[in-house]
Amino acid sequence: MELCGVSLRGPVLNGSGTFDAIAARRAFGDALLERFPFDAFVSKTITIEPREGNPPPRLWETPAGMLNSIGLPNKGLDGFLAYDLPRLAELPVPLVVSVMGFTRDELAALVARVGERDEVAMIELNVSCPNVETGLVMGAEPGETAAALDRVRPLTAKPLIVKLTPNALEPAAVAEAAEAAGADAVSLVNTLKGMAIDPRTSRPWLGGVSGGLSGPAIRAVALEQVHSVAERVGIPVIGMGGIASGRDARDFLAAGADCIAVGTESFRDPAAGLRIGRELAGIGATPTAV
Amino acid sequence: MTPQAAAATEPRTLAPPERRLSRVAANEALGAYRLISTHDGHGPADPRPGQFFMLAAAERWGAGADERPYLPRAFSYARARPERPGVRLDFLLEAIGPGTDRLAQLSPGEELALVGPLGVGFRPPEPGSRPLLVGGGIGTAPLLCLAEQLDSPTILLGFRSGAHAEAARLFPDAAVATDDGSVGRRALVTELLAEELDDGPTTVYACGPAPMLEAVRALCAERGVPAQLALESGMACGFGACFGCVVPTKRGYIRLCLDGPVLDADRLESAL
Repeated sequence: MELCGVSLRGPVLNGSGTFDAIAARRAFGDALLERFPFDAFVSKTITIEPREGNPPPRLWETPAGMLNSIGLPNKGLDGFLAYDLPRLAELPVPLVVSVMGFTRDELAALVARVGERDEVAMIELNVSCPNVETGLVMGAEPGETAAALDRVRPLTAKPLIVKLTPNALEPAAVAEAAEAAGADAVSLVNTLKGMAIDPRTSRPWLGGVSGGLSGPAIRAVALEQVHSVAERVGIPVIGMGGIASGRDARDFLAAGADCIAVGTESFRDPAAGLRIGRELAGIGATPTAV
Repeated sequence: MTPQAAAATEPRTLAPPERRLSRVAANEALGAYRLISTHDGHGPADPRPGQFFMLAAAERWGAGADERPYLPRAFSYARARPERPGVRLDFLLEAIGPGTDRLAQLSPGEELALVGPLGVGFRPPEPGSRPLLVGGGIGTAPLLCLAEQLDSPTILLGFRSGAHAEAARLFPDAAVATDDGSVGRRALVTELLAEELDDGPTTVYACGPAPMLEAVRALCAERGVPAQLALESGMACGFGACFGCVVPTKRGYIRLCLDGPVLDADRLESAL
């Protein structure tokens, strides 16, 4: 199959930030490359400057899911290009690099420098962060998203995927603005904002106070957003949110997604992407019993 | 050292890159703990002491209090015995929440899903250095397989109560301290450690609750004794994907599942 002109062996990607292929290779060795779980690999989000991430605790288990407050730890653009990119280029599938800028200038620098690298097949714009110039979350509002795309679209010929946040008034309107401004695809959903209280202290549990909810707990919400977005745009939609089985994946495709991504389920099983792809191929489009 | 060179020398047995099913062979009470033995037919027979596995019951994982557990739970293995095919793994656990409650209910014949062995284990002592093992509570588990691989180590174990101190029976020859004095000395295990440390070359291996590890770290730093500490942190994945298990070191956060759980004590400002 094809996604934005890039040939893929199947429709299963990973959600950005839910699989570190370099770390996984340390744990699993080259067997990881022989049985790589995804048909394209999406990197963790990189920023211009290195980031340590949020203070622990960073995780909280919820009914059928989890909250995370990781805070985008990464080596920064230079560290990523020097250290991570050559290792990610050894993966047997196309590479998507996720980037986030806190200003449009930062985003432009990231897209320009990542876009000139041959190892990179596509770029995903993580717009779930505040624009420090306007105070608005770039992906929460159609005008902000369009302005970001207007700035970066001329800088690369590589496909640009906009990762939509579910924490927006109307994600479908944001998707529509992204398409109009030249996005090649949209991916959704990112995590839903949530929090947990420490039962012992009655204070917020997470070091970052609020976090992102993921896992089967958000699947129904994600499915609806994928459906609404797919109805409004003509560009490919990458659907995700609590997908844990081939049947879940099939539901997202039925709702209008062109590809799907596995996130939190990979934490429970590093080979979840392979299993879900296999189950999906087995089910096909055939309806199954309720 | 380059990351590749470090990876080549670190005590790590690689895990197969997928979750697999093992079959529970036994689940026995051991005082306040359960000792669960499972036959892992597809895993490596040579995990390194200090490495851990992510465990989840194959059935009824998610039907407990508050619809949990959802994520697998990380456990250092206590013992590994090669078995054809694969390996028989023993885990020590105490039922303290929805995940451990469910694991504690596993019946022989039931399937236990696991990923592992994961993380970096204990390094052997330098030649001529006396190994001194310090365990607290459930943290005695990884010291059991470590003790089996060492030549007559000194073993010091601390427990909350006599029921918990039952775990000391797994060790052939251990000095025991309990908080209530019901078994062994009424003392903290770190008091035993302070008495045991002498001027001879020694390597301390410790696993237990954070306050104990911090006391071990501080004492060993003061006496100039090298120590390897097996730490604990909440994990979602166990293989570096979630970035959730970070602990602060002198050089910033590290992912405990990837660069630990065993750390040289001198990498830490504090083990708390």
